[in-house]
Amino acid sequence: MIDHQTGYQIDHMIYADNAATTQMSEKAKKVMIDLMDQTWGNPSSLYSTGQKAKEVLEEARSRVAQVIGATPREIVFTSGGSEADNQALLTAAELGKKSGKKHIVSTAFEHHAILNTVKKLERDGFEVTLLDVHEDGIVRPEEVVAALRGDTCLVTVMYANNEIGTIQPIREIGRICRERKVLFHTDAVQAVGHIPVDVSADNVDMLSASAHKFHGPKGVGFLYVKQGVRPASLIEGGAQERGRRAGTENVAGIAAMATALEEAVANMADNAARMTKLRDRIIDGLSKIPHSALNGAAEHRLPGNVNFCFEGIEGESLLLLLDDKGIEASSGSACTSGSLDPSHVLLAIGRVHDVAHGSLRLSIGETITEEEADYIVRAVKDVVAQLRSFSPVWRDLTEGKRPFIL
Amino acid sequence: MALYSEKVMDHFRNPRNVGVIEDADGIGEVGNAKCGDIMKMYLKIRDGIIEDVKFETFGCASAVASSSMATELIKGQPVSEAMKLTNKAVAEALDGLPDYKMHCSVLAEEAIRNALNDYYSKQGTDHCTDHCTVTAEGSSAACCAAAAEPEA
Repeated sequence: MIDHQTGYQIDHMIYADNAATTQMSEKAKKVMIDLMDQTWGNPSSLYSTGQKAKEVLEEARSRVAQVIGATPREIVFTSGGSEADNQALLTAAELGKKSGKKHIVSTAFEHHAILNTVKKLERDGFEVTLLDVHEDGIVRPEEVVAALRGDTCLVTVMYANNEIGTIQPIREIGRICRERKVLFHTDAVQAVGHIPVDVSADNVDMLSASAHKFHGPKGVGFLYVKQGVRPASLIEGGAQERGRRAGTENVAGIAAMATALEEAVANMADNAARMTKLRDRIIDGLSKIPHSALNGAAEHRLPGNVNFCFEGIEGESLLLLLDDKGIEASSGSACTSGSLDPSHVLLAIGRVHDVAHGSLRLSIGETITEEEADYIVRAVKDVVAQLRSFSPVWRDLTEGKRPFIL
Repeated sequence: MALYSEKVMDHFRNPRNVGVIEDADGIGEVGNAKCGDIMKMYLKIRDGIIEDVKFETFGCASAVASSSMATELIKGQPVSEAMKLTNKAVAEALDGLPDYKMHCSVLAEEAIRNALNDYYSKQGTDHCTDHCTVTAEGSSAACCAAAAEPEA
């Protein structure tokens, strides 16, 4: 991509939307293709082709369990993060109903797989407390304590936010829940494979993860459910997953997920160190754009996440012009969300609509280079300036007709 | 299929008639920042003809493209013709807009109509009667409703 106006250039696309999905790793792809070629049997079948598939499936379960500090029996394979989230909440709700506990604590900036499920449970008589996530996008453990009631059946707090990348004090919240004997679930879709996650050390009872966020295939994920908690089944049918999730298993996808996860965790420390450095380089560069602001705390942040608001412009325009410059990213503007409201995450951290529309999320990948980071900064600066040059909002702001918010 | 037609992308990447007319005869502004769309149109009118038109837009690609196309459609036209500009004509000239983006073409129509009404009122003639009613589909009405809410 050559930018003729400024002369700087880059000869390839930069994919900076890894929080949306990641490219499959070569290893995971090979595992998947080989299994589809050779191990296509049904794991429930008794003959050797089936039993070979069963072996692959159970081996994958052990490998996934090992990586997150669980035992194989505690892993339920699902179609992804959303299903795992739904199953976790339904599990807690069913247990809660049995003991007359119908109160759930969650946060205002959860993924919609959580928010829409708790809304559904509200219609079923549950009461829901959504915790404030403050301007820095971090839940306060003491506010979890304050929200707990005698009839609380579940606390569910995401491990790291998908939009602004803030990492939550999961271990501390888990400790609080354990002390008070309340089930604790975490949607760790953005965390697993990117930052250290250990269900035992983190005091977690249930945890959701999705393969395509760590270079595994789409349509595969898992739910960790601590031994002693009986997972509710969302999909009735055969006895797969020990009766907790019917349907013939996606053996190739599951094994590829295990491979991708092991690979991600093996390289995690090195990748995180490199990415954090370049993430901060991008944050520093974008902070120099006047009337811009980083969304979410700079500390306690996923190594790959950069999220900014730029006053006076709109996010969809920003994304399309960045695409023209070879950068693929996302935004929390209303236009990109398909609704009238901008991202609920940005609203939850107190960004007003006017500036939330002008947001940009860059979720960089492990292979990012310094050259690419610098290119991103220059391109964003140019595009923001270009859009501001014909924005009536920007004109009003600069002419003092309306006050700057950022 | 791509999100937008080639024509939308062309008008978005290379918007026509961008800018401000300092001594405009009519200025129209619609939308609000809370909804993520604002269009401002400036008209220079001589002898009943739209001699020049400029716009500024805060919004998505379809909002920018709709403003750009609307200015192209009315430039050089008699005021009476410009008054008849519909959002449908803007969208058609752009080879269509996605359903949920139709409100952008409505905003363009409204911005031009507001600018023309501003021109008329400066002339001492009031033309803002039934023309002002927003009729098209899309989320413009909902957006206006949201705008009417008091700020927290």
